[in-house]
Order: sequence, then C-alpha cells, then structure tokens
Amino acid sequence: MGLLAFFKRQPKTASIAKERLRIIVAQERSQRGGPDYLPLLRRELLEVIRKYVNVDPDAIVVTVEKEDGHEVLELSVALPEKNAQPAG
Amino acid sequence: MTEIIVVTSGKGGVGKTTTSASLSCGLARRGKKVAVIDFDIGLRNLDLVMGCERRVVYDFVNVIHGDCTLKQALIKDKRLDSLFILAASQTRDKDALSVEGVKKVLDELTEDGFDYIICDSPAGIEKGAHLAMYFADRAIVVVNPEVSSVRDSDRILGLLASKTQKAEKGEGSVKEHLLLTRYSPRRVAAGEMMSVDDVKEILGIDVIGVIPESPDVLSASNAGTPVILQENSDAARAYEDAVGRLLGETIPLRFLEEPKKGFFARVFGG
Repeated sequence: MGLLAFFKRQPKTASIAKERLRIIVAQERSQRGGPDYLPLLRRELLEVIRKYVNVDPDAIVVTVEKEDGHEVLELSVALPEKNAQPAG
Repeated sequence: MTEIIVVTSGKGGVGKTTTSASLSCGLARRGKKVAVIDFDIGLRNLDLVMGCERRVVYDFVNVIHGDCTLKQALIKDKRLDSLFILAASQTRDKDALSVEGVKKVLDELTEDGFDYIICDSPAGIEKGAHLAMYFADRAIVVVNPEVSSVRDSDRILGLLASKTQKAEKGEGSVKEHLLLTRYSPRRVAAGEMMSVDDVKEILGIDVIGVIPESPDVLSASNAGTPVILQENSDAARAYEDAVGRLLGETIPLRFLEEPKKGFFARVFGG
C-alpha cells in the first residue's frame, strides 16, 4: 500500500467473483433436487440429436417438474435457424 | 430444551473448528450447558483447539460402540464448568459412525439436560458431514469471502434443505445462519474481496457473525485457548457478538470497516 498502490489501480476482482458466483450458483440450484441421471441423459440426448441436427450444446434443456403428485420430464431443444447439416 | 447446532461449510480450512470452539465457550460462559462434538472421524482436531488433547481417553466412536459410557468420554473443560468436549475417533473405519449411533449419543445428551449440542462437521459432503448435520435444529455455515468457499456453502445449503431429519420427515427446516470468517475490511474497501452483503446476496441467508481476519486466531489455536477467550481481540469480540445473536439478541455487525489510519500511515503504507 501507499503511494505506489494509489497510482497503480487494481481491477475490482471482488465484483468479478460476485458475478461468476451468481451465475454458477443459480445454475447449480436449478439442477438441485433433480434425479442424478439428468446430466448423463442430457449428454446422451445431445449426442443423438447431433447426429441429425447440428445444435448447440446449450440448446438442450432437460428438466423434471413436479405437477399434482406426478413428475414430468421435459425436454426442450432449440433448433438452429437454417436447416443445418448433420454434424460430422 | 436442547438445541442441536451444526457448524459446517463444505470447504475445508475456513474455520469450522475455530468457530465450534469459540461458540461453545461463549455459550458456556453465559451459563449454558454445552457439549461440543468433533465429527471429523479419523482426523481429530477439536481437542487441540480446545486445549484438552492430552485428556482424551475415550472418544465418540467408543461411546457408540459401548466401550465406555458417555459420561466417561465427555471431557470437562478446565476453564468453564458447563462445557464438555467429545473427541473424534482416530479410527480409519469410515463406517464407524451410523445414524443410530449418533442419535443414541444426542438423545442421551438431551436427557442429561444439555442446552446446546454443537456438532463440528468435517469438510466435504461425505458421511461425516452428513451425520453432523442430520439431527440439527440450526446450522452455522462458515464461509470465507472467496469463490470456492461460497460455492461449496451453497451445496451445503442444498443438503441442509434435503438430507436432514427435519427435511426427510417434513418437520420444518433447519434454520441456517451465515458466519463469515477471515474478513478483511481493507481488502473489501479496495474491491479485492467480496463484502458481507455480496456473500449474503448470493447465498440468501441471514448473517450471524463476521469475524475479521486476525493473527489472534492462530495464536489462540497455538495455545489451545479458543479465540473468544482472548482479551482485547476483535476476533473474540466478533465471536461474542455471534453468541449473543445465537441467543436471540439484536446486535449490529461491527469490524466491517477498516480502522482509520493516520496521515503518515496512509501515505507511506502500514
């Protein structure tokens, strides 16, 4: 600290930390409580879908919702805008 | 009525044992009958921080296995009459603790009229941590204002909400409190460290204490005297405030700002 530190301004890393945590914590909370197989299911579905359509890894959302005593597995795939070529 | 409080964190080295030792001393100093239990099976540490390492004859697992009575295993603190320590076993058997065994010990402490049972959790999210929180009424989540500690604490909050007796039986929820340790007001002011409000906002739970970074914490554990018993220490005062809040008192947070420095210290560094 002192004069040198005063002139050499540090980037505010605390706000970077807060922003990164906000995102990762929200993501992890949304996956919490779901069945353990969801991440694997999501990955395998992605592989199958990519044989036919070149979708983004983020384009697949798999969730389990509880409704009136039964569970609904919801799969949502956002397709690319143009007719994409099969991957590979 | 007995209240069971787990001191937990997920991440290691954030100050769980320091906190367990200080809170239990603080409660006992206010006349409460307190038992503090080390759940870190295999790695015994609480006894050292409490300064009773040479008086351990029987441990937690011995009581569960019936090798001795609970009374024989409880170590009476030399400074405070109403404080008792139950040391962790050094066995390498990971299955030494069981839900039934832990319940038996906690039930017996409840029957013996203890006001507070402090469960010092091991790091991680394995069996020891699970058992330390399973029967808790309240949880003190110890967090450093640092990314991995905050993230791990959020995992622990998830477990508290789903893997405890209260959650499983639908008997309400474990009351959660945030305790920040190693807080450096100077670094917060410089934008180098997340503030209490930042951490509180991310985790979404109330703050029961903020312990400033202090050399007293190390000297206290060196000496085997919980830091709360040190005189003229900000860390001790901050723990004492946390004890008051635990007992329901309304005490404003302090030590959140750097003490003002003189002109020369500011210019030339200090």
